[in-house]
Amino acid sequence: MILAEFDRPRLARNVRLRADRMTGKSWLLYPERGLLLDGAGAEIAVLCDGALTVAQLVNQLATRYTDVPPQKIAQDVAQFLSALADHGLLETELSL
Amino acid sequence: MSEEALRPYTLVAELTYRCPLQCLYCSNPTTTAGHGPDLNGETWRRVFADAEMLGVVQVNLTGGEPLLRPDLESLVASARGAGLYTNLITSGVPLSRERLVRLQACGLDSLQLSFQDTDAYAAADIAGGDFLARKLAMAKWVRTLHLPLTVNVVLHRSNIDRVPEFIALAERLGAGRLELANTQYLGWALTNRHALLPTRAAIDRSRHIAEAARVRLTGTMEILYVMPDYHTDRPRACMGGWGRRYIVIAPDGRVLPCHQAHSIPNLKFESVRDRRLAEIWHHSPALAAFRGEDWMPQPCRGCDRRAVDFGGCRCQAFHLTGDAYAVDPACSLSPRHALIKAARASAEMPITGLIQPRRLRTVK
Repeated sequence: MILAEFDRPRLARNVRLRADRMTGKSWLLYPERGLLLDGAGAEIAVLCDGALTVAQLVNQLATRYTDVPPQKIAQDVAQFLSALADHGLLETELSL
Repeated sequence: MSEEALRPYTLVAELTYRCPLQCLYCSNPTTTAGHGPDLNGETWRRVFADAEMLGVVQVNLTGGEPLLRPDLESLVASARGAGLYTNLITSGVPLSRERLVRLQACGLDSLQLSFQDTDAYAAADIAGGDFLARKLAMAKWVRTLHLPLTVNVVLHRSNIDRVPEFIALAERLGAGRLELANTQYLGWALTNRHALLPTRAAIDRSRHIAEAARVRLTGTMEILYVMPDYHTDRPRACMGGWGRRYIVIAPDGRVLPCHQAHSIPNLKFESVRDRRLAEIWHHSPALAAFRGEDWMPQPCRGCDRRAVDFGGCRCQAFHLTGDAYAVDPACSLSPRHALIKAARASAEMPITGLIQPRRLRTVK
């Protein structure tokens, strides 16, 4: 699934985000499964709160990573969110 | 072995072997001779905290039927309190809406509900009683409470052609996940294999239907189709390797690598009653018996799939050949693979012989 810039992604009800005791990375836990996220994934995941649009989320990250081109951030975010949505881990609301 | 190689992710907590259903493929042991009484709530609470310290992040509360534990609410609360993603694996019997609300309030994260069949008579034949209507009522409560739902179906000869109906049912129930898991032939399923093992053609039909639905429902419902290893010619990676990613704790507290390992004689599994979980996990000789590759016979030892299937299922090797160290007969490279081929051939024939419903024989 491809998200639009105006979608407001939120982690689905079945998802729990928590720190991993052994590595300090972040877990996305969902029924009988889990994804251990790297730093970038974890930063995107915590911003999926249903309030920010995809475009706003990219902007927030762009202010944090001034050395990364915004297009590259937008690409990474789109790819990551699309993977989460395909796993059924995102709910999206239109900002219409 | 490194700490990461020995890190468990999932605890399977078998809270009791008692169950109102009598499914003839049940993965519980066929006898409880030599088993101790069920652990109390206090010990389970300690185990949940100890498991989390070992790196476990998921707990499956299962059985038997976990709903038969009157203290299930407090067990859910303590598992969730320890930080574990808490999943209840249940037949849905016996449950009231009020209790489900309480379990959710205690922190239950998700629920896996089993369906034997979409046809009430066929379902009653498998489960030993008419439970379908109660399961459907429960699934509706789960949905109205927005509790994440997995629908679990064990596939076998008499329901495998109803995979389209199972998919439609799971969609209507709003399940986030559907497990279409062919029976693996251990425990009661091995006893009743002659009535359960489907033909290759039936498996292929159902697999293709499930695959098309999986693609169609991507993002809405995850569909997992599990092949029976009798039809794959390669062993299955049982539990992701012996004593590697899963900890199974039997109702009496024995720490196992899988649901059936205590049916292998001469392996002495230790109990969380006597020793802390971390010590058992790291130091129990029985849990180390088939870890890694040193135990492997040829041709496993030189096989390029040994890191994929970890040498297959030790319980199956024992129950089919009498030797837990033998090559898993599911593998076409096993000298005993003819045992599997004979079972496949009999799947093409009408069912003959008695069917034994699961009964718990309490041995005093």
